[in-house]
Amino acid sequence: MNHRDENEIRRLLKDSIAPLPDTELHRDLWPSMLRRLDQTSLRVPWWDWVLLGATVAVIAFFPGMIPALLYQL
Amino acid sequence: MDLLDRFAAGDLEAFEDLFRQHQKHVYSWIVRIVRDSGIAEDLTVETFWRIYRSHARFQPAGNFPGWARRIATNAALDHLRATRRELELPADLSASGDPDLAVRHETRRQISLAFSHLPPKYRLVAILALLEEEPYENIAVAIGISPALVKIRVFRAVRMLRKNLKSMGVGIEKDK
Repeated sequence: MNHRDENEIRRLLKDSIAPLPDTELHRDLWPSMLRRLDQTSLRVPWWDWVLLGATVAVIAFFPGMIPALLYQL
Repeated sequence: MDLLDRFAAGDLEAFEDLFRQHQKHVYSWIVRIVRDSGIAEDLTVETFWRIYRSHARFQPAGNFPGWARRIATNAALDHLRATRRELELPADLSASGDPDLAVRHETRRQISLAFSHLPPKYRLVAILALLEEEPYENIAVAIGISPALVKIRVFRAVRMLRKNLKSMGVGIEKDK
């Protein structure tokens, strides 16, 4: 395996894979970026859902814990 | 406070200015790796999302374009890991009825298929080094490894491609 192999594979690849017609960006992606930022700010992390579920479960199964939970708030 | 300081402090307007300054460079780097304009646009947004999320880690004295390129390379590599898309063949042979050209077209398809079966980190260096002829030093900086390791990965990618092609029955003629 040497430089000649590399050149041969390079030649084969260039011959077999379509060249890129254009690498220029033709539109402003800022609106897409803003949408991405908006979507993410609304997303609630999965851990928050776990905590919420655990809290609801505690309240449902151990109502006597409610004063202790309220005390923690 | 200059633009990079404001960005590092989480200023959205500073981020927008940086986005507008660098989106074309980031896009053109990514499209050379993933070779699809729509996917490259999505990954450009993904790259800047990762940049925005990491603003607190950015050192304002640092090199923003270099940092952005490294994050873009990681985003493109994640895409290569998630997909095993065959790269598009040149259009010149596909529409012909000539049997010789049909054989050449089939050979090209097999080469493209063998290439798509390379592990993603080898496919990445092979695209940049062999197809795009990017200098090893630039690839090393973009990936965050040494030029020597880039050279080793190119060497291994070539070896794997030869092996894949051999198992498909595609012979490789050596230069005289």
